[in-house]
Amino acid sequence: MSSARLTRRSLLKTSAAGLGAAMLPFGLPRAALAQEALTIGVVYVGPKDDFGWNQAHAVSMDILKGVPGVTVVEEENVPETGACAKSMESMINLDGATLILGTSFGYFDPFMVDLANKYPDIQFRHAAPLWSADKHPMNLGGYFCYLNQAHFVDGVAAALSSTTGKIGFVAAKPIPTVLSNINSVLLGARSVRPDATVQVIFTGDWSLPVREAEAANALVDAGCDVLTCHVDGPKVVIETAEARGVKCCGHNASQAALAPNGFITGAEYKWETIYTMYADMLAKGEALPNVVVGGYHNDMVRNTAYGAGATPEAIAAADAAIADLKAGKPIYAGPLKDNAGNVVIDKIYDNYDPFLDGMGYLLEGVIGSTT
Amino acid sequence: MDGTLKPTAAVAVGGARLRMTAEAIVIPLASVCAAAALFSLFLLFLGKSPGQFFALIWQGGFGSSFSIQNTLQRSSPIILTALAFAVPAIIGLTMIGAEGALVLGGFAAAVTALPLIALGVPVGLTLPLVAVAAMATGAGLIMIVGWLRHARSVNETISSLLLTYIAIATMSFFVEGLLRDPGSANKPSTTPIGKDYMVGSIPGTDVHWGFVAGLVLAVALWVLMARTTFGFAARVTGGNPRAAKAQGLPVGGLILACSAISGACAGLAGFFEVTAIHGQANASLVAGYGFAGILVSFLGRHNPLAIVPIAILFGAIEASGGLIQRRMGLPDATSALLQGLIFVLLLASDTLHGRLAIFREREAR
Amino acid sequence: MLSPEVLTVLIAMLGGAIRVSTPYLFVALGETLTEKSGRINLGLEGNLVLGAMMAYAVSFHTGQPWLGVLAACGAGLFLGLLHGVICSLPRVNDIAVGIALMSFGTGAAFFFGKPYIQPQAPRLEGLALGEWSSNPALKQALLINPLFFLGIAIAVLLWWALANTRPGLILRMTGDSEASARAMGVNPVRVRILATVAGGGLAGIGGAFLSLSYPGSWNEGLSSGQGLMAVALVIFARWNPLRCVWAALLFGAAGAIGPALQSVGISQGYYFFNAAPYILTLFIMIASARAGLAAQSAPGELSIVK
Repeated sequence: MSSARLTRRSLLKTSAAGLGAAMLPFGLPRAALAQEALTIGVVYVGPKDDFGWNQAHAVSMDILKGVPGVTVVEEENVPETGACAKSMESMINLDGATLILGTSFGYFDPFMVDLANKYPDIQFRHAAPLWSADKHPMNLGGYFCYLNQAHFVDGVAAALSSTTGKIGFVAAKPIPTVLSNINSVLLGARSVRPDATVQVIFTGDWSLPVREAEAANALVDAGCDVLTCHVDGPKVVIETAEARGVKCCGHNASQAALAPNGFITGAEYKWETIYTMYADMLAKGEALPNVVVGGYHNDMVRNTAYGAGATPEAIAAADAAIADLKAGKPIYAGPLKDNAGNVVIDKIYDNYDPFLDGMGYLLEGVIGSTT
Repeated sequence: MDGTLKPTAAVAVGGARLRMTAEAIVIPLASVCAAAALFSLFLLFLGKSPGQFFALIWQGGFGSSFSIQNTLQRSSPIILTALAFAVPAIIGLTMIGAEGALVLGGFAAAVTALPLIALGVPVGLTLPLVAVAAMATGAGLIMIVGWLRHARSVNETISSLLLTYIAIATMSFFVEGLLRDPGSANKPSTTPIGKDYMVGSIPGTDVHWGFVAGLVLAVALWVLMARTTFGFAARVTGGNPRAAKAQGLPVGGLILACSAISGACAGLAGFFEVTAIHGQANASLVAGYGFAGILVSFLGRHNPLAIVPIAILFGAIEASGGLIQRRMGLPDATSALLQGLIFVLLLASDTLHGRLAIFREREAR
Repeated sequence: MLSPEVLTVLIAMLGGAIRVSTPYLFVALGETLTEKSGRINLGLEGNLVLGAMMAYAVSFHTGQPWLGVLAACGAGLFLGLLHGVICSLPRVNDIAVGIALMSFGTGAAFFFGKPYIQPQAPRLEGLALGEWSSNPALKQALLINPLFFLGIAIAVLLWWALANTRPGLILRMTGDSEASARAMGVNPVRVRILATVAGGGLAGIGGAFLSLSYPGSWNEGLSSGQGLMAVALVIFARWNPLRCVWAALLFGAAGAIGPALQSVGISQGYYFFNAAPYILTLFIMIASARAGLAAQSAPGELSIVK
């Protein structure tokens, strides 16, 4: 398959950034891309400047805008309903977009799958590792940063910066991506402090500021002295932690400035690594790979620079953990039990093993329940 | 609530009817133009071109076959939820529970479809059964509201709002728990009903059959409310419940019937969201269609026929909102602002009805 | 002796009642004032959101959170004025205008609020009333924002003024019967506009509490429908400002149940705990409506109770 060759070549070229180990080369040839003007349509589920998930994407999108001959058209606040399919189609029909980037999980099935079948000449890429070659069209694909690796580092630093060893986690919903972040914080914490616990409170939705503040207060009242979270906009949790005089770890983007006293570190996506690669390949007229996933080993996540809340031991241990992750050290080294006592992880899994994408449990040491 | 459906409206004849029709078209159009003019000033203040803005609204809403289909598709659920508001409004009840009835109806559709499909019931039988389940669920929810209102004097606006929140929590509880498809990892959903059991779209278009259902129901409900004894009784009750009771009208039964129709319309919208769009029930069913319908119904003065064009206008603004973001770099909130402005002025223009000299019959004879 | 878990939940509910209730209280008082005049404003959610944005923006630019509160009140007054004037035109439906203005108010807040999502504005300081206690959770629960006390003071004042002053009498009369108000030489249109404007201003202050105190941040998801629910609270509170205080406190406490129970390990069915305020309100409404109380205390001219 000629496309595979093209893609491999591009992989080699970008290997300076360390990309590639987890990439599945399945791109289709789109010759002469660079010669003609290219329009990329980007769809966000919330406001572009939400200081959270959407902004993390939107900021990185500026890199694509900088590529000569590339126009980026963007639409925000597009719900995961028929509206998102229509917005994407509108970009194709009215703006002439030939690459569509959907940045919200729920856009994929059925909307982007159906559109990819309907428009075989248009490329679709979705920000989650959902695409599989045997089930989905070849002009569709996905990209994802495994943020749980950075949360693992958060866990290491949090446990060594905490007095009580109790870490509080404000979470939106008990879904695998969120559960993986919670479990990774726990495993990170226990890797340096075996008695550490993570207590979780689910708010029930992605953006409920008042309930997030209530949850943060409840966790502090329950004795947690480090807070972290996985909600759309972490600002409220971080500010509440700082106001209550406890430490905190960020999520999505840098929140260091919000907590000058208690900020330890935070888990950040590096979407720009993917978008830079896309821009680079488009400029050269190369086909995009169907799947790009990664974490620390290929520069797709990072931890925020340490704040005043991080102790020297925490910094040393977190730096060591980062080095381990870059070398591919697995986070989920089984056998591990869930917090009901069942063995849920039977062996050592690679950090990108699809088995982990489906986790529906909280590990032993996490206080909380998924139901 | 002054609706064009008042019994007296039918008396108008000949020239008077023509004048009334002209009035009913010219005044709303003029207020939309006024809103456009005000919004243009705002755009000029921002340094954006009003000409480009309105050209884009036209292009995105009606400018091509794709745009028209986009508009109609977006208006489909709103026609149904607006009908869900209009029918109780005619009988004098302000029920804002369509959002809850839509969500619960859609959930019921997804849940009842699965065992039928598993039993191998053919599509042609499954879909009607599922639609009935969705409509019955929606009707049941709103009938609680109607019954509480009639039997216990519980304010229907508040109880319908509360039941909406409770309905959403109920769906979330099951979708994220007991009835969750293990395959729907990161977006908890019920098991997909599968492509073969989807409703599909009107041949030659991308618009799903929910639009046709909305049109048919709009006509049917107009006939029911404006041309039958039932409708007359409902309108009399809406005008003066005490007098209606004194005349021996079965007020309780009428309220329950209107509640049932309302909930069924919203439930049907949920049915189409599940069987034509999502293929499963999940949190995306909570999309605000129920609340959009309230405003559309008011603007159509609770007349089922008037609701259709207004819902389409609504769909067009939604459909072109994205184009405006993309081409003019204006945030999404721009559409909300424009919508708010149009609706405020349209509602305010109600005051002009019957007060403008050119639409009045000459006093001289 | 209470077990530590029960104590934790109770303290969290006490704190939640105080922290979460204030925006409900202000919007409910504003709505009470408006509805007492015989008009309903369903759009106070718009006042709340626009107020929150204005408060945050002004506090950010001036460094004076109390100026932010004033600005929020101003934004609320403006939307209230629009509602009041438009609804005083004959044949215009107040419920519909409320919903349209809600869309307009939130749209304006989102449009102009973009630059203020990221920066940190100075917040309103709370009064530390729990210093006597050694329990940090109780200390936190008793770190109370002055706006909470302002809300209670306004509620008491409103309750007293409605019953004992001439403006209160005029307001109630206008709400109960337009004809008798006119017979007394009162201009009902003017009364209703003033009541709607003042009610809008109070709802704006509720927004300032959201953005400047708790949770103390501005973003587009800040209000999850508190303004809409507060309108429901008014009927629940039977148009009595003092009952508004209790209703708001109850609602706040019910809202804290979900996170508090999870923090002591009870997490089954958290969706229903989160829906607790709505379920509770519905049951109390059903229980109280049976006695026919709501209909008795409702202003006679109010469109939704006619």
